[in-house]
Amino acid sequence: MPDLPEPDVAREWLATMTMIRRFEERAGEMYARAKVGGFLHLSIGEEATIVGSARALREQDYLVSTYRSHGDALARGTPPERVMAELFGRVDGCCGGHGGSMHMFDVDRRFMGGYGIVGGNLPIAAGIGLASDYTGTDDITLCTFGDGASNQGTFGETLNLAALWRLPVVFMVINNQFGMGTSLERHSAVTDLRRKGESLGVPGMRCDGMDVLDTHAVVSEALRRVREDHRPVLVEAVTYRFRGHSMADPEEYRSKEEVAQWRERDPIPAFGELLEREGILDAQERELIDREAIARVDAAVVFAEASPFPAPESLYEDVYVIGEQVHGAYH
Amino acid sequence: MSELRYREALNAALREELHRDERVVLLGEDIGVFGGAFKVTAGLLDQFGERRVRDTPISENTIVGVGVGAAMSGLRPVVELMTINFALLAFDQIVNHAAHMHYMFGGQVSVPLVIRMPQGAGHQLGPTHSHCLEAMFLHIPGLLVAVPATPADAKGLLKTAIRDENPVIFIEHESLYGVRGEVPEGEDITVDFGRARVAREGTDVTIVGVSRMALTAERAAEILAAEHGVQAEVIDPRTLRPLDLATILTSVGKTNRCVVVEEGWPHGGVGANLAALIAEHAFDDLDAPVARVSGADVPMPYSKPLEDIAFPHEPQVVAAALATLGSAAKTQGGR
Repeated sequence: MPDLPEPDVAREWLATMTMIRRFEERAGEMYARAKVGGFLHLSIGEEATIVGSARALREQDYLVSTYRSHGDALARGTPPERVMAELFGRVDGCCGGHGGSMHMFDVDRRFMGGYGIVGGNLPIAAGIGLASDYTGTDDITLCTFGDGASNQGTFGETLNLAALWRLPVVFMVINNQFGMGTSLERHSAVTDLRRKGESLGVPGMRCDGMDVLDTHAVVSEALRRVREDHRPVLVEAVTYRFRGHSMADPEEYRSKEEVAQWRERDPIPAFGELLEREGILDAQERELIDREAIARVDAAVVFAEASPFPAPESLYEDVYVIGEQVHGAYH
Repeated sequence: MSELRYREALNAALREELHRDERVVLLGEDIGVFGGAFKVTAGLLDQFGERRVRDTPISENTIVGVGVGAAMSGLRPVVELMTINFALLAFDQIVNHAAHMHYMFGGQVSVPLVIRMPQGAGHQLGPTHSHCLEAMFLHIPGLLVAVPATPADAKGLLKTAIRDENPVIFIEHESLYGVRGEVPEGEDITVDFGRARVAREGTDVTIVGVSRMALTAERAAEILAAEHGVQAEVIDPRTLRPLDLATILTSVGKTNRCVVVEEGWPHGGVGANLAALIAEHAFDDLDAPVARVSGADVPMPYSKPLEDIAFPHEPQVVAAALATLGSAAKTQGGR
């Protein structure tokens, strides 16, 4: 087992994982009450993957993720109020209500987006890596995507180009066992996903995505290798989503027993119990962390409810940056 | 002024902007060592090095996506796609990301990306290398679309495109690369977007020509004057988005007739769009329906005689103009 971090750090990891869990649960409730529209992809079960990897990053590093992106924004520090307001389609949402669940973004925290197109984010991450490399910083981009995305053309194209140009990117395939409702062994000829980059010049690593310590340790090592060797690395995080692909998923492709088995490895109680065993937290403190998370999420819902919908006259805002050298009709 | 070929004017614009702004980088297939499939980037690798002039693998969707990512994090990439048909491989990145990112993320980032590519028939390259797809890009909010027809505009519009904060689809024409024209000298001479070029003044009929068809329209106007005594006003919109509709409407207000000439397909085309706009804004000025001259509604054939009649030439433009003045005409493709 990797070493435990300092007690305050460990406590913060647990608190963030818990807050993401409580946030997602409330988001699901709000969806059922039609406060949230569209699709809603919850990351319940994947909190250790999210927090372990995000905490391996420095502030100046970039994170690029997928349509399952609430947890990533929260882990990066976007206030839950702004994320919830975005789900509600309100003006105070982190994207002003233009993006919704699948398209979170927080440029100030270098969370460079949730992306709705499977695999569409990989080239963008490589481009951010190119900009870092070009400007001579040692910023690294962590690009997450699902096991399903490893079958997209952009996977092969981007890993090849990133390896060829030695771009500072950690590609992290979040293997949650399903591309939507198609299980890994039914969608990928190679199920050992960390090896999928080898023929493209991208070495692979694997972490237990249900274990925040292991995820943090492996992603930290991947970041170190990228920084020192100037080449991209692929990390496979093995995890499981406890809920369906989206809220509109009857889950006919997997058994209740399978879900129950994975739930026994729930990363939040697992880490909480570890911290308790190690004497870092007691049961009361764990309870307090959970209550604080619930209170924070309650406040986010109140905030989102109170935030207005965008005004109709704002419909055309932010389609273009209006330039001085550009005239005529944009629309 | 100096006389340059269209490709040389583009090359000069890239050279000057690379020199002017350290953030400008070029990405594309065979743009470096090979010098560009159409030699637009010739010599730039030698002058600016591999850091700024980057040969890429053949991975269009990823090349454009890398451009998007680099643009949103501080660079000003200019991506060359070898032809506009290959942009179809990159449509996900162009539409879902480049065009929509500024809006989708609530204005937090912009995407100052230029995607350059040539289009057009005439070289017997068949149905996968010859089409004119400007209408597909015009359709998409978030993109700007430039269609330079002259060397001066090629240079001036490309410089503006690189300096603009929005993603710009910069559509060149394969048959224009060798065409010469006067180009003003000076690093800061640019051509604004949304300012149409009135290529020829006239009083009897307005002819709007897009991309190479601006030149076809000009030659047709000369025929109309010489053989039919008709004075056509020829307008090259230069950019389709933003569109200088005012100049077109002013001209139609004067001539009361309009022909739109494009090389692309008729359905959902630039001409269809312009005809609708003119009808909406200047219906009372029209003495005849807006006429469209377009490419034939077929995949581009390889065989020379077929290819030749699949895109517009001067006789169709002349016939269409005369039709607005009272004669009958056939207006899709043809010679």
